[in-house]
Amino acid sequence: MIYSEKVMDHFANPRNVGEIEDADGVGEVGNAKCGDIMKMYIKVKDGIISDVKFKTFGCGAAVATSSMATELIKGKPIEEAMKLTNKAVIEALDGLPTVKLHCSVLAEQAIHAALSDYYTRQGIDPKMILGDVAPADMCEI
Amino acid sequence: MDKRFVYADNSATTKISKPVLDAMMPYLTEHYGNASSIYSIGMDSARALLKARETVAKAINANTTEIYFTSGGSESDNWAIKCAADLGAKKGKKHIITTVFEHHAVLHTCQYLEKHGFDVTYVPVDPMGLVHVEDIEKAMRDDTCLVTVMFANNEIGTIQPIKEIGAVCRERKILFHTDAVQAIGNVKIDVAEMNIDLLSMSGHKIHAPKGVGAMYMRTGVNLPNLIHGGAQERSKRAGTENVAGIVGLAKAVELCTQNIEEKQARLSKMRDRIIAELLKIPESRLNGDPKKRLAGNVNISFRGIEGESLLLSLDLEGICASSGSACTSGSLDPSHVLLAIGLPHSTAHGSLRISLSDENTEEDADYIIEKVPKIVEKLRAMSPLWERILRDEDIDAEN
Repeated sequence: MIYSEKVMDHFANPRNVGEIEDADGVGEVGNAKCGDIMKMYIKVKDGIISDVKFKTFGCGAAVATSSMATELIKGKPIEEAMKLTNKAVIEALDGLPTVKLHCSVLAEQAIHAALSDYYTRQGIDPKMILGDVAPADMCEI
Repeated sequence: MDKRFVYADNSATTKISKPVLDAMMPYLTEHYGNASSIYSIGMDSARALLKARETVAKAINANTTEIYFTSGGSESDNWAIKCAADLGAKKGKKHIITTVFEHHAVLHTCQYLEKHGFDVTYVPVDPMGLVHVEDIEKAMRDDTCLVTVMFANNEIGTIQPIKEIGAVCRERKILFHTDAVQAIGNVKIDVAEMNIDLLSMSGHKIHAPKGVGAMYMRTGVNLPNLIHGGAQERSKRAGTENVAGIVGLAKAVELCTQNIEEKQARLSKMRDRIIAELLKIPESRLNGDPKKRLAGNVNISFRGIEGESLLLSLDLEGICASSGSACTSGSLDPSHVLLAIGLPHSTAHGSLRISLSDENTEEDADYIIEKVPKIVEKLRAMSPLWERILRDEDIDAEN
């Protein structure tokens, strides 16, 4: 298995690691049994993702995809963040080994879970905007 | 300490040692003759094979005629198990006994045989990673044709009561095979005294090259072939002999079986120092019996982190090691060995195996001891699972 240089860079120097204490939305996906959990915190100001932080328990690809996903949505309008796909994360990382593709799905789901929490806190049904956020309760490779 | 390169994954493979390479070199260059040929460079190769066979036989107290060279541990395991099954089936005996924590070369071969009408009992191991002779004995049936138990576990290094298991097999006239790939050179092996009928070994775990191994087959066992073809290996294993590899294997066997006690004393001291220091890390545990283990094996789990991240971080510091996490096993589940000794999935994901060889130094140990705690701390600081562990939540309950 080979990781791209970008994956290794985002693993070795992950961007936006940490927590946001007064976050506007928090989402967590994955579980301990499968070996990967991602937790995303977002801050929204004037419809823009003004800040985003993450914490991840998982493999190198899990850390790198989390890091890249935060980079891709930081400073972007919320509508744009909603459209983040795992494909965009993979492309931005110059590809992922096949067995690690699920990490990018998890990163997408983590962002969506945080956005979903944001809308719920705003008194808006997130399903109206995001549709069903797929649960990530099955281990995948 | 200054950054250094520390190879601590010797249970995965080893570096070819200088004396081994030197012994091989003539057979990679001017002595290229086929050992079956009649002219002098062919006979040179045949003589080299004979000498290699004598060396390997002597190291495990076998007869020269009981050693067969193969392509490695997996081939030897496949040969022993599939062909012992073949022999058994001819007598209507289609039951095999093995253990839950064997190497995949054994486990997957047994699973293959299950699909072909054989019945396999997978004997459990205790939480320390040891097989109990009584459990093997209890599993024996009138139609048992083979017992196969590894000599030393490749992940947690635990050394099994091979002599005792061999004795009950001999008493019941059941063939006994042991995968000794990790044990050779670390434990004194005497096939006669230990009641072993079939034994697998591999070159690349003992500073010989990859792609060469051997099988010991006790006189009278007479398994059918796994590889059919030419008359090499006394018509038991076809294929032109890998002369250079075999010469390398023999040299490595000769070297690693010398001064075992002295080597063990040095390595186990280093091992115990690393274990003691790494267990100072909170929420860590040693996997496998602390004493009945290979002198160079350390296997520790750190809760709240995942093994592949740990390995990549160690690699950035120049340290090569391995883990039993699902990500590194290439499957959905973490190591079957760690699950077999009762670890929850989440703890098995955070395991680290350090396997030392005689080439490792005290400075290597110092470096490992300095780097691992820092990396664990860094990974825990970014782990949402670690937060939950700190809050005392039952992280395994949800699954």
